Amino acid sequence: MIPAIVVFLYLAAVLYIGIFAFRRARGREEAEDYFLASRSLGPFVFLFSLFGTNMTAFAILGSSGHAFSNGIVTFGLMASSSGLVIPLTIFLIGTRVWALGKKYGFMTPVQMFRDRWECTHIGTVIFVVQAVLLVPYIIIGIMGGGTTLNTISGDFVPYWFGGAIVAMVVMSYVFFGGMRGTAWVNTFQTVLFLCFGAIALIVIGVGMGGFRSAAQGLQASPLSSLLTRERISPYYFFSYTFIPLSAIAFPHILIFCLTARKMSQFKKTVIFYPLCILAIWLPCVFLGVMANRVTDIPEIRQKQEARRVLATQGRNMAPEQRDELREQSGGDDVIMILLKRYAPLWLAGLLGAGIMAAVMASDSQILALSTMFTEDVFAFYGGKTRFGESVQVQTGRIFIILITLFAYAVALRAPETIFELAIQYAFSGYAALSPLLVAALFWRGSTKWGALAVTVWTALAVVAVAIFQAIVPAPAPGPATVLWAPGGVEVLSRTPGGTAVFGFMPVVPMVLISALLMIVVSLMTRKPAAATVEKYF
Amino acid sequence: MKKILLVVAVVVVYILHQDIWFWRSSYLVFGFIPIGLFYQGCFSVVAALLMWLLVTYAWPSHLEEEVERANPGEDEAR
Repeated sequence: MIPAIVVFLYLAAVLYIGIFAFRRARGREEAEDYFLASRSLGPFVFLFSLFGTNMTAFAILGSSGHAFSNGIVTFGLMASSSGLVIPLTIFLIGTRVWALGKKYGFMTPVQMFRDRWECTHIGTVIFVVQAVLLVPYIIIGIMGGGTTLNTISGDFVPYWFGGAIVAMVVMSYVFFGGMRGTAWVNTFQTVLFLCFGAIALIVIGVGMGGFRSAAQGLQASPLSSLLTRERISPYYFFSYTFIPLSAIAFPHILIFCLTARKMSQFKKTVIFYPLCILAIWLPCVFLGVMANRVTDIPEIRQKQEARRVLATQGRNMAPEQRDELREQSGGDDVIMILLKRYAPLWLAGLLGAGIMAAVMASDSQILALSTMFTEDVFAFYGGKTRFGESVQVQTGRIFIILITLFAYAVALRAPETIFELAIQYAFSGYAALSPLLVAALFWRGSTKWGALAVTVWTALAVVAVAIFQAIVPAPAPGPATVLWAPGGVEVLSRTPGGTAVFGFMPVVPMVLISALLMIVVSLMTRKPAAATVEKYF
Repeated sequence: MKKILLVVAVVVVYILHQDIWFWRSSYLVFGFIPIGLFYQGCFSVVAALLMWLLVTYAWPSHLEEEVERANPGEDEAR
């Protein structure tokens, strides 16, 4: 119960920050102030809020869970590749989008695309695809909140109530505080997680009797492959470097790039981003791997047993049995289990609050969807002209309530695994949309029809991969099921973790074909007027 | 020349990320950090250094100047 009280205190603090931001902005019912904090964020808030926006429940809990099952490869796969690609895209694309936003008043990516390519409804198509890919994040954030509160309180707070509290708190500070409140809360959450992540590492390490003995014990055990990268193929590892291309294409990240007061504020963000990734992910991955040595905890033994049965007998099982074992062996809760085992109650509460901070990262997505709806649909189709800017801001607030209620209703009914999968598709989808930004900012010859081709291709490819993985069940750990191999070349396979195209993850062909479509279709179609193009180069 | 060197540096760092040389080694650095994890941790520091190089030698300051020309006196107004 004590940890749950600490978490509730934390939620109250977060709520207060949102309301404080609202009072700070009192009297200013301007869209730019509410949705972009008047483009006035300072360097410290800009770095930590932009970084915190990317640190979702999927990133934190999922990383230790992935490391528990797959070993140290998780860090190179998901973290250090992001530490290179994300700051690089912020440096190349974020700074340019910031400058264009300042010069021409853009508040969303679609506004920029509409202006850059002189298009109207094609912009609406891009909005729809972006919005559909973003909604699963909001749902999974609420699910993560409900699950975390339920676990921390030892089942005292039921899942439905935990989810409702998290939804209410996030909705309230986004509703009142807008971008300013969201950025301040994200900064607070990131600092909290950085501090308590380090404390968690020390406390758990001491509790386990030191990492040296745990690591050496693991090295001498049959699980020693977890200390290597043997469980993942080099093709898969290479493919994963395409996934962080999604970050800059996410509307909430790009919109965040518009909030900096000066372009020089990007400098610290670009330089420190890889170090922030290192500080948060390395402990999570290391603890996830070391959890395999904590065999005196029954929950961890059960997970290992499920993993062993799946590996040895999975080939002869029905797909449903394999899915059940996969769920049982999943390690998304290992950090929580380790905290319960080794941390004193009050500290487990503080650390739980740190995890809660990561879980609640859906705030930026909610605000981004609201910004996109009010700017790209409401204002674009005449709402702002007819009803004024104050009504536009109120519309954005109403949208925040509606989208949160919708996400909560879905979170209560649907199984979590569906949305975990949807997020995986969304990463690939946004990565496949990244050529839109590159073409808009770096290629004079790009056209709206090229943009449409990229958007439609992305939507079709995401749906196709989802249908394929729903129809063809995942095989047991080991060799993939080859579905199409003309002339002995393995073109399409179903792997235990997803799909492989020529051995690569689907994101590789998705991004490459997107880029190709942009080039070919643009070369065949009419360019925007020279005056429009000159605004961008 | 400076830009070409920076592009080469980005490509080299990207290749270094692939790290196939420690793929199957379970050697423990300092007796507790697996070599593959230690390498990727060091890689993150190298990535930060690369970003520092880019920010120092290839910063698109012309963009900021364009914005200042387009919105003169904005900072004073805040």
